[in-house]
Amino acid sequence: MNDQSAYRTDMIAARQAPDQRRGVVGWLRANLFNGPVNSVVSVVVIGFLAWCLWPFLKWTLFDADFLGSTRADCTGDGACWVFISARFESIVYGFYPEAARWRVDIVFAMMAILVAWLAIPRLPYKRWVGLFALVGFPVVAWILLSGGYFGLESVPTRAWGGLMLTLVIATVGIVGSLPLGVLLALGRRSKMPFVKAVSVIFIEFWRGVPLITVLFMASVMLPLFVPGNVEFDKLLRALIGIMFFWSAYMAEVIRGGLQAIGRGQNEAGQALGLGYWQRTGLIILPQALKLVIPGIVNTFIALFKDTSLVLIIGLFDLLAIIRAGLTDANWLGFSTEGYVFAALMFWVFCFAMSRYSQYIERRLNTSYRT
Amino acid sequence: MNEATASDTRTGDDAKPMIEIEQLNKWYGDFHVLRDIDLTVAKGERIVICGPSGSGKSTLIRCMNHLEAHQQGAITVNGIEMTRDIKRIEQIRRNVGMVFQHFNLFPHLTVLENCCLSQIWVQKKPRAEAEKTAFEYLERVQIADQARKYPGQLSGGQQQRVAIARALCMRPEVMLFDEPTSALDPEMIKEVLDVMIELAQEGMTMLCVTHEMGFAKTVADRVIFMDQGQIIEQAPPAEFFNNPRSDRTKLFLSQILGH
Repeated sequence: MNDQSAYRTDMIAARQAPDQRRGVVGWLRANLFNGPVNSVVSVVVIGFLAWCLWPFLKWTLFDADFLGSTRADCTGDGACWVFISARFESIVYGFYPEAARWRVDIVFAMMAILVAWLAIPRLPYKRWVGLFALVGFPVVAWILLSGGYFGLESVPTRAWGGLMLTLVIATVGIVGSLPLGVLLALGRRSKMPFVKAVSVIFIEFWRGVPLITVLFMASVMLPLFVPGNVEFDKLLRALIGIMFFWSAYMAEVIRGGLQAIGRGQNEAGQALGLGYWQRTGLIILPQALKLVIPGIVNTFIALFKDTSLVLIIGLFDLLAIIRAGLTDANWLGFSTEGYVFAALMFWVFCFAMSRYSQYIERRLNTSYRT
Repeated sequence: MNEATASDTRTGDDAKPMIEIEQLNKWYGDFHVLRDIDLTVAKGERIVICGPSGSGKSTLIRCMNHLEAHQQGAITVNGIEMTRDIKRIEQIRRNVGMVFQHFNLFPHLTVLENCCLSQIWVQKKPRAEAEKTAFEYLERVQIADQARKYPGQLSGGQQQRVAIARALCMRPEVMLFDEPTSALDPEMIKEVLDVMIELAQEGMTMLCVTHEMGFAKTVADRVIFMDQGQIIEQAPPAEFFNNPRSDRTKLFLSQILGH
């Protein structure tokens, strides 16, 4: 037995981990060419991608025309981006009167500054900036965009359009649906039967109806139900419909997060004497929302893209305004450029949201689940 | 019955019992978990509650700060009778600290923030004062050097000590411990028990559900044995361990001390 026992007198010192960075060649060898079969597959796939992508790149970039102002400048075989640059103003502002477009620019600039301020963690006064973004900014933006006050020329919402309208709808939809979704999710988990019933009915109704139906109802049906002298703005009706529709989705995403938080968290809050709203706001929601950031941003992205559905009720968002340009007699036959550009614009915004959400997830990942 | 006014939360002089439970009954659906519980805890008394799993001991102490609602009987804590009124429940909870088996620290907050949260929001203290109190108690559980870390970065024993500090920050009159060492690795049990022993020696009123019989022998004034939702036997530790009267107690003791 004795020869089986052993003991250590000197401890092994910690050594550095072997170098795992191997550069481009190392990566290629490890991932694409680690064996004959994989090498063949890699070559075939890369060849196929090149074969697919080359004509696309040729059309969009190498053979394309970028400079000029009229159709006569479209001389190459590829895309003619002159179509976009010639119509750029209307793509951004829609039918907004030219003399008043500086007002839209101010709103764009304010929005960019606010979003950047709230998104960059280093900047101070987050609470006040956030409060202004939620309370002050909508009022200022409304006054600037619609006019009618302080001697500003009134611009009816039917003149709004293009990127500006898309951003208005998306922003209102996002900013409105998140808090409403939180309340609905909390309501659905409430022990109070009335609150619970209202939340369940609201969520199931709005989630069960196609968005197109919601928009049609908002624009066509609603005026039939309300008394004739009450005039609701068509855009406002669409905004409310979009907000309600997406808040139902948001509620279910957030409810998923709420359910993932253990009962112990709530009990610890109770034992410390915290009330319901304190427990919810300080303990439960911060954890639950963090867990479902991917789901929330997924919903935001879907919302952003689905703003283009408002074209069926006669609002000219980014996509609709580009489509309208296709029927311009001077610019017939440039629909591919139009759609590719619209796709690119939507993609840029959605991709930015996606990247930001991933950054936030990494940043908030300071604590580990206990 | 003691009728305490809402403003006067700390009426308990030494003569009055800290916790008084009369004819407490509770059911989960049809299952009768607590049966005719009578229990009086004096100020400064240290009580250990033990019993087989499912005997209702956790449920009993969870009734004392209304984490569980009871259906019959009366609970009076520090002169305030427990009703369904949430204001009164929260008033009782401010005087009752609780430590859980699974710590239940808030993982999104640092250790310091965990200790300050209820001071700031319930006691409405300024942050600086709350942090001062927090450090005072973190110091006492010897974990002040970890104050800026998140709970997930600490060991189980450290987390449980933070949980004790968090409860103490509210300066409670009573501390409830619900199996505080059951989720810990063996080498960490001692550090938590040491903190609890120190607390007991300072005169804190304590009710502790635990299987740590060494702890019971060291600090308890009274050991309560529960089975099937009833209090079977209660006695000072010397008598309880050396001379148990009921057969159930004897069986239980032989099972947990037998190995």
